[in-house]
Amino acid sequence: MSMKIEDSEVDIVIAALCPNLTSFLEEWQPFFSRFHLIIVKDPDLEDDLQIPAGFDHQVYSKSDMERALSGSSINFSGHSCHYFGYLISRKKYIISIDDDCHPARDNSGALVDPVAQHITNLQTPATPFFFNTLYDPFCQGADFVRGYPFSLRNGVDCILSCGLWLNLADYDAPTQIVKPNERNTRYVDAVMTVPIRAMMPMSGINIGFNREVLGPALVPGLRLVGEGKRRWETVEDIWSGMCAKVVCDHLGCGVKSGLPYVWRKDVDAGNAMESLKKEWEGVKLMEEIVPFFQSVRLPASAITAEDCVVAIAGMVREKLGTLNPVYVQAANAMEAWVKLWKAVGSSKV
Amino acid sequence: MVGSLAMASRSPSSSVPMAPLLKDELDIVIPTIRNLDFLEMWRPFFQPYHLIIVQDGDPSKIIKVPEGFDYELYNRNDINRILGPKASCISFKDSACRCFGYMISKKKYIYTIDDDCFVAKDPSGKEINALEQHIKNLLCPSTPFFFNTLYDPYRDGADFVRGYPFSLREGAPTAVSHGLWLNIPDYDAPTQLVKPLERNTRYVDAVLTVPKGTLFPMCGMNLAFDRELIGAAMYFGLMGDGQPIGRYDDMWAGWCMKVICDHLGLGVKTGLPYIWHSKASNPFVNLKKEYKGIYWQEELIPFFQTATLPKECTTVQKCYLELAKQVKAKLGKVDEYFNKLADAMVTWIEAWDELNPSENAATAIAGKPNGIAKAK
Repeated sequence: MSMKIEDSEVDIVIAALCPNLTSFLEEWQPFFSRFHLIIVKDPDLEDDLQIPAGFDHQVYSKSDMERALSGSSINFSGHSCHYFGYLISRKKYIISIDDDCHPARDNSGALVDPVAQHITNLQTPATPFFFNTLYDPFCQGADFVRGYPFSLRNGVDCILSCGLWLNLADYDAPTQIVKPNERNTRYVDAVMTVPIRAMMPMSGINIGFNREVLGPALVPGLRLVGEGKRRWETVEDIWSGMCAKVVCDHLGCGVKSGLPYVWRKDVDAGNAMESLKKEWEGVKLMEEIVPFFQSVRLPASAITAEDCVVAIAGMVREKLGTLNPVYVQAANAMEAWVKLWKAVGSSKV
Repeated sequence: MVGSLAMASRSPSSSVPMAPLLKDELDIVIPTIRNLDFLEMWRPFFQPYHLIIVQDGDPSKIIKVPEGFDYELYNRNDINRILGPKASCISFKDSACRCFGYMISKKKYIYTIDDDCFVAKDPSGKEINALEQHIKNLLCPSTPFFFNTLYDPYRDGADFVRGYPFSLREGAPTAVSHGLWLNIPDYDAPTQLVKPLERNTRYVDAVLTVPKGTLFPMCGMNLAFDRELIGAAMYFGLMGDGQPIGRYDDMWAGWCMKVICDHLGLGVKTGLPYIWHSKASNPFVNLKKEYKGIYWQEELIPFFQTATLPKECTTVQKCYLELAKQVKAKLGKVDEYFNKLADAMVTWIEAWDELNPSENAATAIAGKPNGIAKAK
């Protein structure tokens, strides 16, 4: 079931939360230059973007969003502007990396090409039904271990690839505060499939996915009241990742986690204390969100991501809506997203 | 308990060498039919611990244990003498006989290793103390209820990632630590035939919890577990002489164990430590042993994936006996072997309870049976 993904089938979506993308793009040039870039400007950002030459790219800003979204209630500010890029793309696959990330080095010192690795992850099968103790059986030098049922060795399509981060790991604000000096220096040389029904927090910092199949399930749904521009001031990707995992499981597709790594810039941990006041809300919400998603069972009639998202939105409203108004907004946003997707998004290349 | 153990495993800057952890609480169980020369290489790491040698095959052969090790050795005559008619559940001419060692041990923890497994080196060239890593794995909680993308959050330099609910960060007690192998990978016979030269050279620097509800192939080559928490479920089945199947002993134990761990809210880890697996067994011999297993497992996997245990099963023994009933009811029709195996599973529990009487009372595991985060 391994297939070949062509460069022309991929868009790289960059969310510009800061105006100067020059050093970021120049650093990534060896890995990005073959691809078309969708650069989405945070609608709250007023300065013009600075983009170096040599990239085949398209910029989308607030006015594009207003034109495309006329009347839609979805808020694309901050990190949520990624989703506009996912929506507007016409390609089958998306790869997205945050603008505060640099290329990482592997254990041999070589620079890691995360785009190539995400593509590899997406074009080789996932194995969600049984855990392979040697991790990805489709990579060089590995295979299925003794005891792995043969009928499950074809695997299923991988439609989401979640990468990791060296240096500044994607911790929440309380953890940042408790461990201000901890840096992730451990390069774990593995990709693995996240098993069916196992839920996980998807970090939006470094991902690749099949937009045609999964796009509608990556929803800009959950906005914190005090959401900010730092990743630890948001949970929108955590929410959309859990939606996506439930949808993947239901559709019989796979999610991988592990390689590739990117190297994330240091930030002033002092900010984390301020953020804690905002993100504390998110930390509390997770206590309700996780059991909810763990309990979601989708009807057999839901055969596309759109169907699934609409069904989940109904369940969110019913089971979480009374707990916090933020969930009602999320349900509304999910339904609006599906409508938008049908109107504006393309499901064919 | 977790706090002090976290400290024990996080004191790398101390210049005083730590006493071997769990020296008097752990037995190393080694099945052997040939010799124990491999122990020489393990001496620096194993010598402080007590060994239980289970000698398979001809009981009249003398197995020489290298000098300086503290051990007890059981051959087939001993097994027959100690268990009487119940010895029928212990395999003969197969390393599955090792589970006799689990049953006879009086310690809280077991580490089992094959006699063709040697000390591996990590990427920096340092020799890996596999036993020490297993102990760390067992003494730190697992996280079966939600997947942590940075793997084991209790390791130095790692933690729970953003989005991981705080109510799940205490984790669950770790029942099993499943280690891996460099060099000769643990492939089945067909894969060995197709890729005779493939060697596992990838050192994956991770320990992770196998999520609740997920099954995996458990290899018995490099395995540690908490005997008090899960020992009664670690029966390695009927293999070898007189049996239609081999090389599925650890697989069988692993599937039973995982269903029970999931039911009781216990965790299973896999990953580090690595050992160096030196011997490639003959793939044609393996094929003969495995071939029934290869097509039987297509029925076994759905059986285990859908197996549920009633709430009343609050101890490992009760869970295991219930599983044995279900094996007989649902797998008996796959092959008569499974009726025999189901009976042997019951015999195993009877023998276990006889040899481990004090554990009958309170092996009920306190804690959440399903571990879903509770909304505050």
